[in-house]
Amino acid sequence: MDGDHDLGGALGHGSVVVEPNEPVFHSAWEGLAFSLNMLSIGQLRSYNADAYRHSVERVPNYLSKSYYERLLTGVTTLLVEGGVVSLDELEGFAGPKALGIVPVSLPVATSATEQVSEFRDYERLHPKFAVGDTVRVVAAQTDGHTRCPAYLRGAQGKVERVYPLAHFPEARAHSSLRCREHTYAVMFDARTLWPDDSSSSVGHFVIVEVFESYLEYPVAGGERPSCRGTKRGGDGARQHREAGSDE
Amino acid sequence: MGPVSIERQVLMSSSKADQPSVPRLPEGNDNANDHAVDLALQANALRDGLVARKLVTVAALDDIVHQFTDELTPENGARVVARCWVDPAFRERFVSDATVASAELGIAGPEGKHMRAVENTATTHNVIVCTQCSCTAWPLIGLPPDWYKSAPYRSRVVREARNVLLEMGLVLPEDNEIQVWDTTGDTRYVVLPQRPVGCESWTEEQLRALITRECLIGVALPMVGG
Repeated sequence: MDGDHDLGGALGHGSVVVEPNEPVFHSAWEGLAFSLNMLSIGQLRSYNADAYRHSVERVPNYLSKSYYERLLTGVTTLLVEGGVVSLDELEGFAGPKALGIVPVSLPVATSATEQVSEFRDYERLHPKFAVGDTVRVVAAQTDGHTRCPAYLRGAQGKVERVYPLAHFPEARAHSSLRCREHTYAVMFDARTLWPDDSSSSVGHFVIVEVFESYLEYPVAGGERPSCRGTKRGGDGARQHREAGSDE
Repeated sequence: MGPVSIERQVLMSSSKADQPSVPRLPEGNDNANDHAVDLALQANALRDGLVARKLVTVAALDDIVHQFTDELTPENGARVVARCWVDPAFRERFVSDATVASAELGIAGPEGKHMRAVENTATTHNVIVCTQCSCTAWPLIGLPPDWYKSAPYRSRVVREARNVLLEMGLVLPEDNEIQVWDTTGDTRYVVLPQRPVGCESWTEEQLRALITRECLIGVALPMVGG
């Protein structure tokens, strides 16, 4: 999804503010919320890390909330959606001092779950790209979870390293499918990512871990196309069906 | 009938059929977020709900807070970097596989299965970010500070790294190349800074004190007498 969480390259967020001697947790509830998330993922296996990330991306007014407030909203949402606890129950535990309701994230877009229903398990053992290859990012927009930052869409870079197999987040955030593929450290010249920005100076590179599904070999002579308006449709699903019979 | 939060309505309509009835806001509240329960009350309610179902224990929750407050801290990264500075063979192992080399020093943990050290040189400076959330190499850096999780850092450091570093007090030589590593997969990065001049005779323990969390993220450099 194109959410407020996908911040790379966005303008207007001001200066970085550093808090001297910052504690790990500013208050006890932050540590508690964090621990609840760790146990829900690692011990209860109520959801996985990708579903968690998506639950945070779905938090309304993302930017106006603190990191741990978003985390707490995400954890609450997933435990309620998964039927582990109910909102009634939580509001009962919160007690009469709680004036309002327990906030939750927006629901997962129906189109995101429909899209994943086209996927099936795959394991692409052999990397499609090699170190030194020039690659282009073809990841399309999606209503669901994605780990391809919007600032990369259509960009061209060089494979710097081939990384081990990883779970494709767009499948795992929305299903229990097992879709594994290589990722690549791909190096992009900042001036090609933000060509009109004079502050992206010479000798400034951005290296992003990009999933194989998000990459292709560039077509000869092709300019950076505008992929920003390209929505994932039949092509993406087809690509994944083919991938299933790959290995 | 009091109005019902839009978020709640949508959530419930998309959830499982056996969900309980939708609770209502008190009369007159038209903005759910203004009247959200206190965050501490919400976290406690979630804990109480899971404990009541015997899904988690308070002790297990406390253990995690302890682990992240006292064990998975940037001091681990400092230990590893100081070892790299005094032991070239270890440095080589750390650069080739940060997870395996860290384990030699007993350092491991969640978000540490595929760690990669990116090494500063005389001509290249490395800096780490996670533009979409806040992924970090927990075993070596610990939980990241608020500035790392903030919109200004996440939005700007990929686009105008030099300006951001300058604002944070790091002046790099003009001809230094900057490599910004965006953490968007399973790999977790840590910066291996160069050993500064002026600490040639220092012990490994003294060297550790030079290496801050900011050095491990790449927004600062180890400074002797700094």
